[in-house]
Amino acid sequence: MLSLKEVVISIILLIGTFFLFSGALGIFRLPDVYTRLHAASKSATLGVAGILIAAFLYFIFEQQMVSGKLILGIIFILMTAPVSGHMISRAAYQKGVPLWEKTTRDDLEKKEHNKASTKG
Amino acid sequence: MPIQIIINLIIAVLWMFLFESYSFSTFFVGYLFGIGLLLLMERFIPDRFYFYRIWSICKLLFLFIKELIMANVQVVKLVYSPKLNMQPGIIAVPIEVRTNWEITMLANLITLTPGTLSVSVAPDNMHIYIHAMDAPDADEVIKEIKGTFEKAIMEVTR
Repeated sequence: MLSLKEVVISIILLIGTFFLFSGALGIFRLPDVYTRLHAASKSATLGVAGILIAAFLYFIFEQQMVSGKLILGIIFILMTAPVSGHMISRAAYQKGVPLWEKTTRDDLEKKEHNKASTKG
Repeated sequence: MPIQIIINLIIAVLWMFLFESYSFSTFFVGYLFGIGLLLLMERFIPDRFYFYRIWSICKLLFLFIKELIMANVQVVKLVYSPKLNMQPGIIAVPIEVRTNWEITMLANLITLTPGTLSVSVAPDNMHIYIHAMDAPDADEVIKEIKGTFEKAIMEVTR
């Protein structure tokens, strides 16, 4: 017999997994590094956070234990996932990974070009 | 601001001594009384009352979570749509925040908002370059970043 607690925990778990799955599919489908990072950084954050929240609720309901480690995990995921997205995109741009051909504008390129021309 | 927290802690400890019960709940009640006293004496103590700042930190946190959920909904829409009809591009956004801490917060917030990803910060800290999913309405993106996130961050730090 399913209780209300179990239903709530399962729903949160399913939401988390759904977002993780969409993120993975986004990495597979989208055309270039930068658009792929959109999918990777956002949905990985919320997906992992959802799964950790579900685990946290499980420990509270079933074992009457407040697990501080899981809360810390959520906080650190929230802090580090966007930083890693930023670093990967920055490294990719500096390495010269090309943008998708339908990209409409690139302000950073102009900037780099100006710098090079003033130097030379 | 630190002196206000110390005054508040002293009031809480005094409350504990007066009640002669050294438990967390008594400390907590004392701390609440301290907040009330500091609020009453707001005109006599230096600086702004520090609870306003904690309140704006809470608001920033809620903004963060709301934007994160909206960003995920947008990613899901994008991934499951049969055709890829977005027009991505890199936009330069002028920023007003200056310290490293504020810029880090802003870059994190931008990465977790719908349709934007921070790519690079200009060496002179005057611009932040973001990769947007819909570059044609760049002005709207810039307005949103400046209006909501930068304002919320400046409320916390200034």
